[in-house]
Amino acid sequence: MDVSAIVEGLQRDFPSIVWSEFRGQVRVVVSRDRLFPFLQALKERHGFDMLADITCVDYLDYPVKKPGRFGLVYVLTNTQTNQRLVVRTFLDEPDLVVPTVTPLWEAANWLEREVWDMFGIRFAGHPDLRRILMPEDFVSHPLRKDYPLQGLGERNNFPVIRRAES
Amino acid sequence: MALEVPDNVLLTKLDAIANWCRKYSLWPMPFATACCGIELMATGASRNDIARFGAEVFRFSPRQADLMIVAGRVPIKLMPVLQRIWLQMHEPKWCISMGACASTGGVFDTYAVVQGIDRFIPVDIYVPGCPPRPEQLIQAIVDLQEKIQREGTVMGREFEHPERQKPPLAMRAEGRAGPPGLIAAPPPEEAPYF
Repeated sequence: MDVSAIVEGLQRDFPSIVWSEFRGQVRVVVSRDRLFPFLQALKERHGFDMLADITCVDYLDYPVKKPGRFGLVYVLTNTQTNQRLVVRTFLDEPDLVVPTVTPLWEAANWLEREVWDMFGIRFAGHPDLRRILMPEDFVSHPLRKDYPLQGLGERNNFPVIRRAES
Repeated sequence: MALEVPDNVLLTKLDAIANWCRKYSLWPMPFATACCGIELMATGASRNDIARFGAEVFRFSPRQADLMIVAGRVPIKLMPVLQRIWLQMHEPKWCISMGACASTGGVFDTYAVVQGIDRFIPVDIYVPGCPPRPEQLIQAIVDLQEKIQREGTVMGREFEHPERQKPPLAMRAEGRAGPPGLIAAPPPEEAPYF
């Protein structure tokens, strides 16, 4: 079955989803409260058994109006049929919490940690939501658009070892 | 009365002979984090053969090394590790900053990369290049040998020279005396935005 046909079939259960197709790739936008059941249905009914990636886009100051500041992106793969599907949901500050999908795919564990580290989006129910790339005492979320490229002085925040004292 | 010195006796200063021993048996500790590490390996391999200069005994424990070669960029998560390894090395010890990234941050002018390891640990020789060729690293080792022979002392008094306690030029140019102590993070709207 075609991916677009799968999504059309799911539209009976999830009437709020919006989907589009671009060069053979199907993208679905789901609201946050329907995200987990939608992903669960894709996995259990339509065989999307692999979570290829979770990532996020910060649309701060983006010229085109988006439904929220952060676009959370789930890339799913069906390893039997090689079908791919991109599921997106939009979040706005200050309520940056989505349910975790670790019960569906174990791969989500580290991917969600990365999204938390870089964008500061919390995943409710995540077993171990720590930073994965930045040091543990880091306070910012560096891939947000309002974080300056050269940082807030973290890279200068070390004691200086002089020749005589080492 | 002239003192008769037999032919099999050599008179020299203890400093000079200690330096002569030290400079031809540098044991490098390869702190290789990026592509410079590949050139460092090439320098140690047979074609360039760092053994010709007595520095072929690469030790992966800082306790057994006296020359740290920092080859590659050092992110902020690694800087405490680098400092700890430097402090674990025994005196006398030297440091070569290999390549543009280790010396200045290179093209990685970002929040995560330290803009030159000399801001936080002492460096004796800088090697330019991206990455430097093995010949350049060999030249750095030869220069370091010359430096050890020229100014070394048995007790390591040359490391206490006041000129060596100053912050690096890059930090002096920024008008900072070079902290101990943390730099307050500027508020976001004043931070440079590129």
